[in-house]
Amino acid sequence: MADQATFSDQAMEFMPSLYSAALRMTRNPADAEDLVQETYLKAYRAFGSFQEGTNLKAWLYKILTNTFINAYRSKKRRPEQTEIEDVEDLYLYRRLGGLEGAAAGRSAEDEVLDLFTESEIKDAIEALPEQFRLAVLLADVEGFSYKEIAAILDVPIGTVMSRLHRGRKALQKSLFEFGRSRGLVGDRDA
Amino acid sequence: MPEADGTAAQQADCREAVERLYFYLDGELTIERRAVIQRHLDSCSDCIEAYEFEAELRMAISRSCREAVPGELRVRIARAISFEQPQLP
Repeated sequence: MADQATFSDQAMEFMPSLYSAALRMTRNPADAEDLVQETYLKAYRAFGSFQEGTNLKAWLYKILTNTFINAYRSKKRRPEQTEIEDVEDLYLYRRLGGLEGAAAGRSAEDEVLDLFTESEIKDAIEALPEQFRLAVLLADVEGFSYKEIAAILDVPIGTVMSRLHRGRKALQKSLFEFGRSRGLVGDRDA
Repeated sequence: MPEADGTAAQQADCREAVERLYFYLDGELTIERRAVIQRHLDSCSDCIEAYEFEAELRMAISRSCREAVPGELRVRIARAISFEQPQLP
């Protein structure tokens, strides 16, 4: 059982990650701030039930995610989209292949970072339907394992893998669309 | 081994590498499976390039999503917690 007096010392260091995730979840700073504050208050009140020595970051994310789902989902008018178009593996990589010649000698990182601005990457994540967005955020941004994500989202591991797989592909597809709309990448639909 | 078989085996290895790409990057493969993929990557420039691309894309995603916490939010949260009644053990 965790001692409430040590809560701030232990939990505050996770605020930047929690706030970043909250921004991608709520898609606006005012809601993100409220969500993080509510998460910390709930976590403080429940800290006695936190098992000392287990993963505090994952525990905080579970509270963040549940609070988001319960509080913000009800605000939405549209039902949650659960289907997204499936595309082939290595979708973006295969379409950016045409740049290899022009970009000879440059690393893959240069290409990816030069092609898309930070705000395009954020927009692409925020455009993902909620369940896919949460999975991608928890894995690709926060680096949680499938098992941890399953516990945070309260779904089976198979569901985590499927949401991640499809969410990542959908993200690549929207990045490609951004690139195409800016004329950065050409049509290479084989 | 006839060359045609070698090519077919290579293609099967590439297919497996692509199928397991995210499990590999996510650190979710067993040591044995990871070693099999690693051996393939060591000898296949097409697959290693695809792996590097995906790894870099993921880093770009992660970096793009790092946000600074507004100072005012830290203050708000610290204050809200200080107003809470500590729970008796």
